[in-house]
Amino acid sequence: MNIRGIIPALVVVGVIFAIWTAAVIPMNAHLTADQAQRDGLVMTPEAPRDRQDFTGLTLAIKNPAIIPLTYTLTRPRLPSPHQVAIEMYETIFTKAPTSRRSLVYHGWVTLSATLLGFVIGTTLGVLLAVGIVYNRTMDKSVMPWAITSQTIPILALAPMIIVMLGAIGIQGLLPKSIISAYLSFFPVVVGMVKGLRSPDGMQLDLLRTYSANANQGFWKLRLPASMPYLFASLKIGISAALVGAIVGELPTGARAGFGARMLVGDQYGQPMVTWAALFGAAITAALLVAILSWIERRTLTRMGMGATA
Amino acid sequence: MDSTSVISAKNLNLTFETNDGPVHALKDVSLDIKKGEFVSFIGPSGCGKTTFLRCIAGLETPTSGDISVNGMTPDEARKARAYGYVFQAAGLYPWRTIGGNISLPLEIMGFSKAEQRERVNRVMDLVDLGGFEKRFPWQLSGGMQQRASIARALAFDADILLMDEPFGALDEIVRDHLNEQLLKLWARTEKTIAFVTHSIPEAVYLSTKIVVMSPRPGRITDVIDSPLPKDRPLDIRDSAEFIEISHRVRDGLRAGHVDD
Amino acid sequence: MAFIIALTIWAVGWWINGRLANGPRSDSRAISLLIPIIFGVTIIAMWEVLVTMLGVSPIILPPPSSIAVRFAGEIPILWADFEQTILKGAMTGYVVGMIAAFTVALLADRSEFLTKGILPVGAFMAALPIVGTAPIFVKWLGSDWHSKAAVVGVMVFFPILVNTVAGLKDTSVMQRDLMRTYGAGYWPTLFKLRLPAALPFMFNGLKIATTLALIGAIVAEFFGSPTVGMGFRISTSVGQLALDMVWAEIVVAALAGSAFYGAMALIEKRATFWHPSQRS
Repeated sequence: MNIRGIIPALVVVGVIFAIWTAAVIPMNAHLTADQAQRDGLVMTPEAPRDRQDFTGLTLAIKNPAIIPLTYTLTRPRLPSPHQVAIEMYETIFTKAPTSRRSLVYHGWVTLSATLLGFVIGTTLGVLLAVGIVYNRTMDKSVMPWAITSQTIPILALAPMIIVMLGAIGIQGLLPKSIISAYLSFFPVVVGMVKGLRSPDGMQLDLLRTYSANANQGFWKLRLPASMPYLFASLKIGISAALVGAIVGELPTGARAGFGARMLVGDQYGQPMVTWAALFGAAITAALLVAILSWIERRTLTRMGMGATA
Repeated sequence: MDSTSVISAKNLNLTFETNDGPVHALKDVSLDIKKGEFVSFIGPSGCGKTTFLRCIAGLETPTSGDISVNGMTPDEARKARAYGYVFQAAGLYPWRTIGGNISLPLEIMGFSKAEQRERVNRVMDLVDLGGFEKRFPWQLSGGMQQRASIARALAFDADILLMDEPFGALDEIVRDHLNEQLLKLWARTEKTIAFVTHSIPEAVYLSTKIVVMSPRPGRITDVIDSPLPKDRPLDIRDSAEFIEISHRVRDGLRAGHVDD
Repeated sequence: MAFIIALTIWAVGWWINGRLANGPRSDSRAISLLIPIIFGVTIIAMWEVLVTMLGVSPIILPPPSSIAVRFAGEIPILWADFEQTILKGAMTGYVVGMIAAFTVALLADRSEFLTKGILPVGAFMAALPIVGTAPIFVKWLGSDWHSKAAVVGVMVFFPILVNTVAGLKDTSVMQRDLMRTYGAGYWPTLFKLRLPAALPFMFNGLKIATTLALIGAIVAEFFGSPTVGMGFRISTSVGQLALDMVWAEIVVAALAGSAFYGAMALIEKRATFWHPSQRS
């Protein structure tokens, strides 16, 4: 994307941040007013109970003194962008990556499960897709289930998979990876089957005039033709895998990972921890998708399909 | 300007700015089209024939020069619904029936429901599509779709019909048939028709006036008034006169090609 | 012994499907439906045989029969959970998110600049783990279904927005020129050309969003809920090692998901019958 194309996107992001910053005032007004009163400021109205009758915005207008204070609460309902940024900076750059207080540590825990699961899921997905394309029985038996599975919230299985595997003694990385694998598996199957079937009749007939065998047909036509489809599903698969790993950390009260941080922040009333974990997860997802897009562009350009990327 | 001119262009210039520098799509184009004429524009790609048609329609704004349609600017003429435009592809909306497609301009222009129905029936008969009103475009052949798009352009009774290679994508047998029908339609409705094509036989067969254009810069190199009678059976194409005009058109096209 | 019986079941199922799939009428509707059903039944039969004969503990994998019994016996609870999570949480959020996405798409559509900005940002947001906002919404809106609806609304917002904006852009120059030759302004062009042309895209977003809505509503309950709801039931039943109940809830989720998606696909078929993808 060139510079000119990036400006509108930056403006939209800017507007989102502006709305967020503005929303901090009404969202935190009541908490701030209570705090300011404890610190000795005079609030109108004085009784905290009466203040509940006002919206956050009216309260802030009646007590303009609290407006700057809404941005500095230690436990805000809505942290301001700079508070989240500071929290992220501290937990990413000022803590050793091996420390439990480092976001890098937690990110790595989630990321390693995601990547392992993604690799397993993708490999199995591609293999199944090849089977489906070349075996009619498999196609007719499995394909409808693969398609249907995309319409159901399989993520709901996550807690059970964790417990099931825990009961037979498998813990740690692998259960989460299996959820990730499971979630990235189906998009890859469906996309890859579509891709392997994308060559049209004319292209297949051409190979037939060369009396190419099935093996040559696969390597020389079907597999290259499937690449754009594969990458499209990989990008869906990797974000699904990340969500899977995060949700996999929730039910058993895992002590590490983005999911665990979200839960901890939630339970111990540390909103900044939750928000930092949320942004950490978002940045991770964005990086993963960006890396895949980059590989996609390079691969497709080298294959002469660059324009579609 | 002649009082019977419906379209009049004087010293029309149009330059597109591109990354490779300016492109002269039209240079010093002057032309008068009289009421009831059938004018064909012929030339290789890039000669500005489609651009000129789009200038008449007000879809393109000339860089300099004057152009008037029914004595108005093209923009005013468009708002006064002075012309119907037929594109290269039928461009029918797949979600509307044939009847629905033809009544599309009528809906936009605010005709009453009863009037819409009456007009749709009339123009569908005019292009021999009676009975296909409830069908969807994708259920019809390419030739029938293009006929429907002509009916759509006729529906609101504009005096001028602008046609941009309307039969270019059709096979020759279908094209012959549609050419014949178009001539009958023209005789019946007495419309003024401006017709862009790259086929010499098509241009000669249809037109009362043939405008030969050439590229880089896009300009008019010859204007030929056809001596052929108004009533033209298909086999007129074997007559000596027809062949002679065809030769003149071909010579004109070749003359514009010397720089290649 | 158990493995031999399971293998036999597999062999029989696969043999029947092989005959059907390579048979003369394998593309007929009935056979196309029958084959995956036979496949599903084969898997379930093998599961039942292996689990019961090998004596697998029900806290690892309950047999399908006990899941079915549990399902039949707990219908009132399952229904209450379905009502709380799907009808209240997921549906409300879906509708609110959809309306918001359509509104923003139409507003953005007026400006070329906004459209260019919203497409990449929206596509980017759609790839993020938005379900992670659940603890925040639960804190703000309480643990009842309102917070779930909010999570669902945000989750479905971006895919619907991106698809709608992209769809509104998807008209050819020729189609737009045609509208110009009629002297048609913004609104007639929008209603007569661009909205109908955008419908296939919009439904694509709406179909993706059905699954997201269910995921959002269920997962958000892991962060706090009243004592009813599918996510609540799943997490508490997992805690009590009542896995047959968890499976019963998953069956409900699968049925609800397919039904929701199917309903959307049906509306799509009605509304976009003219599109090449729907004609075959």
